[in-house]
Amino acid sequence: MKDPLLPHLVEMQSWQQESELVFTFQVAPPEEYGSFRAGQFNMLYLPGMGESAISISGDPADRNHLTHTVRAVGNVTRALHGLRPPARIGLRGPFGRGWPLAAAEGRELLLMAGGIGLAPLRPVLFQALAAPERYQRVTLLLGARSPEEILYSEQLLRWKSDAGLQFLATVDVASAAWRGDVGVITDLVQRAAINPQQTVAMVCGPEIMLRFCARRLRELGVASDAIHVSLERHMQCGTGFCGHCQLGPYFLCKDGPVFAYPAVEPYLMTQEF
Amino acid sequence: MRTVGDELRAHPFFAGLSEDCMQLIAGCGEHVVFRSGATIASEGSAANEFYVIERGRVALQLHTSATGALLIQTLDAGDILGWSWLFPPFRWSIEARAMQDVHAIRLDGKCLRGKCDTDPAMGYALMQRFSYIMSQRVEATRLQVLDVYGRANRS
Ligand SMILES: Cc1cc2nc3c(=O)[nH]c(=O)nc-3n(C[C@H](O)[C@H](O)[C@H](O)COP(=O)(O)OP(=O)(O)OC[C@H]3O[C@@H](n4cnc5c(N)ncnc54)[C@H](O)[C@@H]3O)c2cc1C
Ligand code: FES
Repeated sequence: MKDPLLPHLVEMQSWQQESELVFTFQVAPPEEYGSFRAGQFNMLYLPGMGESAISISGDPADRNHLTHTVRAVGNVTRALHGLRPPARIGLRGPFGRGWPLAAAEGRELLLMAGGIGLAPLRPVLFQALAAPERYQRVTLLLGARSPEEILYSEQLLRWKSDAGLQFLATVDVASAAWRGDVGVITDLVQRAAINPQQTVAMVCGPEIMLRFCARRLRELGVASDAIHVSLERHMQCGTGFCGHCQLGPYFLCKDGPVFAYPAVEPYLMTQEF
Repeated sequence: MRTVGDELRAHPFFAGLSEDCMQLIAGCGEHVVFRSGATIASEGSAANEFYVIERGRVALQLHTSATGALLIQTLDAGDILGWSWLFPPFRWSIEARAMQDVHAIRLDGKCLRGKCDTDPAMGYALMQRFSYIMSQRVEATRLQVLDVYGRANRS
């Protein structure tokens, strides 16, 4: 893109409800957009409402659509919840450093996602499951509030049955009709077949979940620098100019949002300002 | 066929216990099977046992008038079910139900309580192991109560 601060108008192509507050929509990429890397995000702009950082949740190989999965929480995201094709929105991107997929080649790829944190990890699944021979094993451990809030469930079950994905999910609470796991995501690490010494982990979810997951992974013997996390802070420019997203010495929009865990661990207890 | 003692010796929960302890504990154990849907323990009933789950999934649930049965944790192969046998008033605080056919080792808590009273070293060693499970459960409950996935913002 020529000017990274200038939004391009793009047209919504599809809109789909995932759960009560979460929805997925696709837009046609602007000309010159090129490709994105798994874990990168776009800034989505609605005139009069504002702009929000939203991860790209679709297939990096699909050059015809940009997919976003959004939880309606504030101004922009609630307004997006109310839009339908062919609405037009402003888009800038892609921004940020994505997941280090190359570091996982030849090794075990372990993804841990909590709630909407699955959105930025889904592109990793698209990519890894398209070339499974590059990894010893691909595992997804997923935590959600309730069974109804598990994102992309049909696709995940298909990947599990057809594409060799080791997939375990757990929820915080469920009705007696649920046949799956109830508990916390950190417990899934023990249930899954993984070889900690060979594992490269990519973790995305609420910050407290990142800390607990990193701790459990280390206890099991996963090397600290093989644990990668994606972080969130309020963003404005997305390009490293405004300083809004600063975390210690880092600007999340430029140096992140994906970091090796040891680099950001000291700052994770710090309140945003 | 592996005996109860063999199974327990191979279980990480009992790792580090002396052979004397293991023999005492194994002497209080027996293999049991619960068919899918069976109630293993009901809330408020006498807790005189705990289980080492070998196969199958167990639901821990609470009943509320508003929501009916609420599933708050599941346990699978390798997990330990039940610690109410250790503390007065020795009553189950939760309902445990087999979600699938469950194969387990039932350990007689009454018999173990007696042995722990006469052998404090064994009592301490067992208490340490159950305390660890309880601390893990407290940590998990904190995360569940925080409702981390439900919060508006991921950070
Ligand atoms: C790299 C990155 C990727 C992201 N990917 C996604 C994604 O894929 N899907 C998704 O749904 N979300 C994603 N987010 C989160 C999303 O950007 C935020 O939730 C964003 O704030 C939503 O914008 P909004 O205008 O709808 O909400 P806002 O009006 O910004 O409000 C959002 C929430 O933040 C609170 N809030 C507002 N301002 C502040 C402040 N200054 N300090 C602290 N709290 C505040 C509000 O009370 C509300 O709870 C991502 C964020 C980042 C940084
Ligand atoms: S959002 Fe402006 S520096 Fe990161």
